[in-house]
Amino acid sequence: MHTLTAHEIRDKIKNKEMSSKEITKAFLDRIEKVEDKVESYVTILPEEAMKAAETVDEKIAKGESVGALAGVPMALKDNLCTKDILTTCSSKMLHNFRPPYDCTVAQKLKDADTVLLGKLNMDEFAMGSSTENSFFKKTKNPYDITKVPGGSSGGSAACVAADEAAFTLGSDTGGSIRQPASLCGCVGLKPTYGTVSRFGLVAFASSLDQIGPLAKDVTDCALVYDQIVGYDAMDSTSVNRKYASFEKALTGDVCGLKIGVPAEYMGEGISEPVQKAILAALDSFKALGAEYEDMHLPLNEYALPAYYMISSAEASSNLARFDGVKYGFRAEKFDDLVDLYAQTRSEGFGAEVKRRIMIGTYALSSGYYDAYYKKAQQVRTMIMQDFDKAFEKYDVLVTPATPTTAFGIGEKTDDPLQMYMADICTVSVNIAGLPAVVLPCGYDANGLPVGLQIIGKPFGEAAILNAAYALEKNISKVRPTL
Amino acid sequence: MKISKEEVLHVAKLARLKLSDSEAEALSADMESIIGFANKLNELDTEGVVPTAHAIPMSNAFREDVVKPSYDRDAMLANAPSAEDGGYTVPKVVE
Repeated sequence: MHTLTAHEIRDKIKNKEMSSKEITKAFLDRIEKVEDKVESYVTILPEEAMKAAETVDEKIAKGESVGALAGVPMALKDNLCTKDILTTCSSKMLHNFRPPYDCTVAQKLKDADTVLLGKLNMDEFAMGSSTENSFFKKTKNPYDITKVPGGSSGGSAACVAADEAAFTLGSDTGGSIRQPASLCGCVGLKPTYGTVSRFGLVAFASSLDQIGPLAKDVTDCALVYDQIVGYDAMDSTSVNRKYASFEKALTGDVCGLKIGVPAEYMGEGISEPVQKAILAALDSFKALGAEYEDMHLPLNEYALPAYYMISSAEASSNLARFDGVKYGFRAEKFDDLVDLYAQTRSEGFGAEVKRRIMIGTYALSSGYYDAYYKKAQQVRTMIMQDFDKAFEKYDVLVTPATPTTAFGIGEKTDDPLQMYMADICTVSVNIAGLPAVVLPCGYDANGLPVGLQIIGKPFGEAAILNAAYALEKNISKVRPTL
Repeated sequence: MKISKEEVLHVAKLARLKLSDSEAEALSADMESIIGFANKLNELDTEGVVPTAHAIPMSNAFREDVVKPSYDRDAMLANAPSAEDGGYTVPKVVE
């Protein structure tokens, strides 16, 4: 039962073929069985989940109207605030933090009558590409538990791949939904900046962060996006516009679709199995009536350095709030107020978070601001212009989601720059605020999934989801064996 | 690109971080490599290019100035490491 997709569960519950309690129990049993191996959860909520399922079942029995995803069990990344439920960001700094409110997306999923199974592991404060930076545990890739699940939403991706929830939410600042989706063979959507409210998402880099779904298939991805998208007055960067159903827009028709394939994403550094799978997928698109051709995004190599300056600068500012006064961890020994701040932050943050705060503080400090922060923002303008030009000619762009399939646990932890390279295919999308979806398009010789990324115009989610939907039908999916 | 241990300690002070000797040394090497990587941006001529802070052009989001229910004070203070008489407590700052 745990292998069902969210839309299958929704339909079965609606048709009274299954109760929410039954399916919730099935997922809790599944968690019991595989969680020791996968370690995707920080917090599991068995009693709360069964109670929520019971409430939904009662509503249905009484004939009351229910939400669009009534009874579907799901889980949230642990940087999404959930009222009275631990929200740790996988950091010692917030190990005991119980938010007094729900983030907007959690509220929307409550309104849709979903069932929350728990909160998911991540790289501390969403900084990382392997979920090895969690204070609590290292999540494993369900396809091979000696490999990383990717990051920072590694818990969200591994959870879906291991069938420990019907779908999950993650957040994506430089690839944190798409890169783990790619490594764990799920479908992940990073929506256009401003379409999903960030209210109650613990901020990393506010001009880049965006919440999105990780799901078992494209239909699930679209229907979850339908539930979380929309204007929210509580987020000052929320875009005020109306959205038609993305699920209903899935036709699978890509006849005449113009696909650009940026050569900069297919060359050096991209492994052979990844290139092969992407080229095969492009041929599938062609067979379906789409056209593709090679093109150029010449500034792509500057996206990663620009991203690290911008995101670290914003992080150093956003993380200033963690000082041992208002919430979370406080050091036991200190001399005075300033020492309380410094001692708390030094003991509460892990190495990668400190590294990013240091880089960001450096880039914003007197004498370096123009050279690094302002320069990166100017390059951001140029990268956006590059994309604008590309979208005059093409409807969507197709690239690999990651340069390689899943790498080994511990393989890249010694060299931060090497780890940063894992995001080389994804960061430019955040810089330009664009939507992009990742889905499995093949498997390497070891059975590890290869992810394909489809990048769209601003607010072009319907087009990229539809292209993904068309391709998905031509890919035979391989499940992990746990 | 050289970033000395003194520079690292200065930045740490700005960021309210206390670093051990070994942490400062490791960060000096890491920052040299990461900031060195960022120097790649200098290959691009950005003369006259307007910096972008946000991908989606937007101005201030205004709302009506109306009173709405806010969060309960005790609920907000429940997460404080130390609270007293409806406020956060910190070490004495004024002698």
